[in-house]
Amino acid sequence: MNSTSISGLQQVLEGGDFAVTAECGPPRGANTQVVQKKGELLRGNVDAVNVTDNQTAIVRMSSIAASASLLQMGLEPVMQMVCRDRNRIALQSDILGAYALGLRNILCLSGDHQSFGSQPDSMNVFDIDSMNLIRMVRTMRDDGLDMSGFKLDQAPRMFIGAAANPFADPFEYRVIRLAKKIEAGADFIQTQCIYNMDRFKEWMHMAREEGLTEKVYILAGVTPLKSVGMARFMDSKVAGMDIPEETIQRMASVPKENAAAEGIKICLETIAELRDIQGVSGIHLMAIEWEEKVAEIIEAANLLPRPAF
Amino acid sequence: MIVGEQKPIAEIKAMVAPYNKVLILGCGTCVKTCFAGGEDEAAVLTSALRLAFKKDGKNIEIETQTIERQCEDGFIKESAAAVSRNEAVLSLACGAGVQDMARRFPVTPVLPGVNTTFIGVLEKQGLFTEECLGCGHCELAVFGGVCPVTRCSKKLLNGPCGGSRDGKCEISPDTDCAWQLIIARLTALGQMDNLRTYIPPKDWRTSHAGGPRKLVREDHII
Repeated sequence: MNSTSISGLQQVLEGGDFAVTAECGPPRGANTQVVQKKGELLRGNVDAVNVTDNQTAIVRMSSIAASASLLQMGLEPVMQMVCRDRNRIALQSDILGAYALGLRNILCLSGDHQSFGSQPDSMNVFDIDSMNLIRMVRTMRDDGLDMSGFKLDQAPRMFIGAAANPFADPFEYRVIRLAKKIEAGADFIQTQCIYNMDRFKEWMHMAREEGLTEKVYILAGVTPLKSVGMARFMDSKVAGMDIPEETIQRMASVPKENAAAEGIKICLETIAELRDIQGVSGIHLMAIEWEEKVAEIIEAANLLPRPAF
Repeated sequence: MIVGEQKPIAEIKAMVAPYNKVLILGCGTCVKTCFAGGEDEAAVLTSALRLAFKKDGKNIEIETQTIERQCEDGFIKESAAAVSRNEAVLSLACGAGVQDMARRFPVTPVLPGVNTTFIGVLEKQGLFTEECLGCGHCELAVFGGVCPVTRCSKKLLNGPCGGSRDGKCEISPDTDCAWQLIIARLTALGQMDNLRTYIPPKDWRTSHAGGPRKLVREDHII
């Protein structure tokens, strides 16, 4: 491993390889075998596995624990951390703990609002926002200081990720926000799932114009559609998702039994197009509860073998 | 103003049921303006409760009075005679009024007839919206007069989250995205540069997070 790289993911990105990461949602229970099974499906097919933090505000095994479990298997986890459930004290404490367990990648997020989840009667925290979180992790890493300015006896060295959604409004502010996240300390960016390629290209164009792609690695988010129902649901019900009507129609135009294959075909076309966009450093494949398809998609996209680190 | 909403009649009825003589005390300022606990609401509630108890065959004496404010001792005093004639007070003030009444009348049960909802405005007829969290350190100058601490569902200080769409918040199509409003306003004011700078984490000590708050005005202490 390159001695200056904090993590394997960083090494792949710095090496110039088109990176591939995938998602792993921890189970709604304490069974680590579920995590291990998902991990085995991803092994060798991806550079890193992104572990969600109570996504959609539904209680699951913690991101830190599931990430540590994947790490024990020899995989490279990216631990997600949201501001919804922890105040700044807990965030810093968990980052120290995560580093102590061997985790080296973090994705800093605000978090889905709890009103989407299974416990909408809960209180949220949002003590700090994702921008503050990014800067906090960077200060802990680079200056070895916690938020009070206290000198930590060992700095947690994390490769810092942040999210960007080119499809949310107001569009004109999206690149300014990306610039702010980079300025705050983001090393890599993971985008929302891309279906509206025109809008994504426009956003990338604006990012290049601002010189942002020189400063950050952008992992383009892709999610294969399983059915037209899923496409419609995601477009209308999932926050920040934009699926063009023509994509929905394409999913609707094939017989039901071929819909999944069509979804994968669309996904492969998207990946091919993304590889040609200047400034896109890799993909983040979110095959939601469909991890068994990741190997097939990555292979069909000619992205195997993955580089060793 | 402080916006409130009258509690459901069944809940109010259950609260006052143990008493034979009850004073319904309206409050003539904020809750009057939001049609929750002013003179008119106190009168309507009195009739409704009398009817409800009569239906049950229970005779309950209800007296009704409205004072200007239940959060100010000078006005509270005006209710002293009526309070002394009754076993309990059903206050239609906000939570502050209920507690100030309780402080003033230590041996009289003071019951809340209103749910205090928020500090807000009458945006249009029939619609009240929350505008201020009372965080104790106002930063509206930076945000063009639209408060992200109160009006962004995630209290984001550095721009909209990925859930903002068509000007609406991800939590509901009925909720405006505060950040859309902030950006529109700052664009109109020519102050978009405000949003390019990093806004540090908020110091919550001035908010309720710092514990129950007190404001001491030395210059007013006699």
